[in-house]
Amino acid sequence: MISSVDIVIIGGGPAGLAAAISAKKNGIEDVLILERDHQLGGILNQCIHNGFGLHTFKEELTGPEYAQRFIDQTEELGIAYKLDTMVMDISSSKTVTAMNTVDRLFEIKAKAVILAMGCRERPRGALNIPGCRPAGIYSAGTAQRLINIEGILPGREVVILGSGDIGLIMARRMTLEGAKVKVVAELMSYSGGLKRNIVQCLDDFGIPLKLSHTVVDIRGRERLESVVLAEVDSHGKPVAGTEEEYQCDTLLLSCGLIPENELSLAMGIKTGSVTNGPVVNECLETNIEGVFACGNVLHVHDLVDFVSEEAALAGKYAAEYVKSDGNHTDAGKEILILHENGVRYTVPEKIHINRMPDELTVRFRVGAVYKNCYISVYAGQKRILHKKKQIAAPGEMEEVRLSKKTLEEISELEQITVKVEET
Amino acid sequence: MEETRNLTCIGCPLGCSIQVEMENDKITGIFGNTCKRGEVYARKEVTHPTRIVTSTVCVEHGIIPVVSVKTETDIPKEKIMDVMRSIKKLKVYAPVHTGDVILENAGGTGVNLVATKEVLTKTK
Repeated sequence: MISSVDIVIIGGGPAGLAAAISAKKNGIEDVLILERDHQLGGILNQCIHNGFGLHTFKEELTGPEYAQRFIDQTEELGIAYKLDTMVMDISSSKTVTAMNTVDRLFEIKAKAVILAMGCRERPRGALNIPGCRPAGIYSAGTAQRLINIEGILPGREVVILGSGDIGLIMARRMTLEGAKVKVVAELMSYSGGLKRNIVQCLDDFGIPLKLSHTVVDIRGRERLESVVLAEVDSHGKPVAGTEEEYQCDTLLLSCGLIPENELSLAMGIKTGSVTNGPVVNECLETNIEGVFACGNVLHVHDLVDFVSEEAALAGKYAAEYVKSDGNHTDAGKEILILHENGVRYTVPEKIHINRMPDELTVRFRVGAVYKNCYISVYAGQKRILHKKKQIAAPGEMEEVRLSKKTLEEISELEQITVKVEET
Repeated sequence: MEETRNLTCIGCPLGCSIQVEMENDKITGIFGNTCKRGEVYARKEVTHPTRIVTSTVCVEHGIIPVVSVKTETDIPKEKIMDVMRSIKKLKVYAPVHTGDVILENAGGTGVNLVATKEVLTKTK
């Protein structure tokens, strides 16, 4: 039997919850969240450290507390959700096939779909690290789940590869639980983590951070016994003679996150090669009409506050789409937003001026560390924005705000370009 | 006694290296910061650095075996391990609710340890 729903949301993490709340507040009664875990909140449930919500709530919350605020709203608004439910397929005509132990296999026909599946960690297999394959090698997020939810300490002597925020947070967490974190190695010449985390997770505990270093060998038959670190040159190749062996029983990998888009790709959604997330327009709508995307499935964020903000927009636009009976207002010409000169991507990547809000936030990342640079936006040949930045770094998402009025005044606009300009 | 303390500012991604010159525990000079926030941070960090401690405590009969906790406010940085030692032996019983006081005066800091998560009772 096929049931129907106005808006179905795939994923009950921070993005899915904020999208659902916003869709409901924008007048859609019939909203359903499908979540594969046994509770709402997503990865925030295991992020027990503080620092969430500074932008949204002007206070510092832990991950579970931040999630709870959205879960409470979801409950108060009476939004329907199904837990322990795995979505197997979404058709291009927006029929969702899912299963759980109560409803078994079921199908839901939706007027609009919001993709909010989040992301996954890059695993060892994707990193090409040579060596043995013993027990004791975990992604940082797996170790985080083991300690913070399951109450299990995965090891006592630890080396961490990758200085992303999860790796840094886990260096502190394992130290607090009595493990010895010997070193954090980072392939790049700079850390992708927040400065605050370098100071409060490494410096506070005297944990060394070795930049331009990587793991070149993993040793141990049954259990990990040691890893070998080496310095890398400017091309990321290990330098012979710089090898150092570290005795350890645990190696944590914190080497990047990949949006989880298997469902999106299978339904024919176009994704970008840099973000690995869907290509969206000003309404966060994908190339399939009525299918929207938000949060880490769209592009990986540093701060959950921005996930919530973005997801609320997706919820609002999905609500408007449903209310218009699937008939979009005349969108007019599609304008591409190009990225050049150090800007690696933009979200959205295309806009319709007619349909954009008075002010549209465009988020992006730069590809290297730039000091005293300008972020510039060109509409055709005309520079419409020139923002001075003391620093722009790959680890911190940037944004520019485009004014509808400014863009409307430009005749025969074909494309917009966002770039970094030095001096 | 003169000494120089080296800090990394956490105010923004610039991460300025700040040198604080001290004489007999009094600040005599702050260098390397590029904005006012850096100076404020450095001043606090060398006189009374504080942190919020977050961890987990064992739960009996809960749907998950541990509940996440935090110190209700920030505590002196040098007391972090004292707080951890006071948490280690704790055990609480489900249900636990967000904001429940798990331990008063954690590690002798005068600050309470509170739950940051709901842990419901496991139903058989």
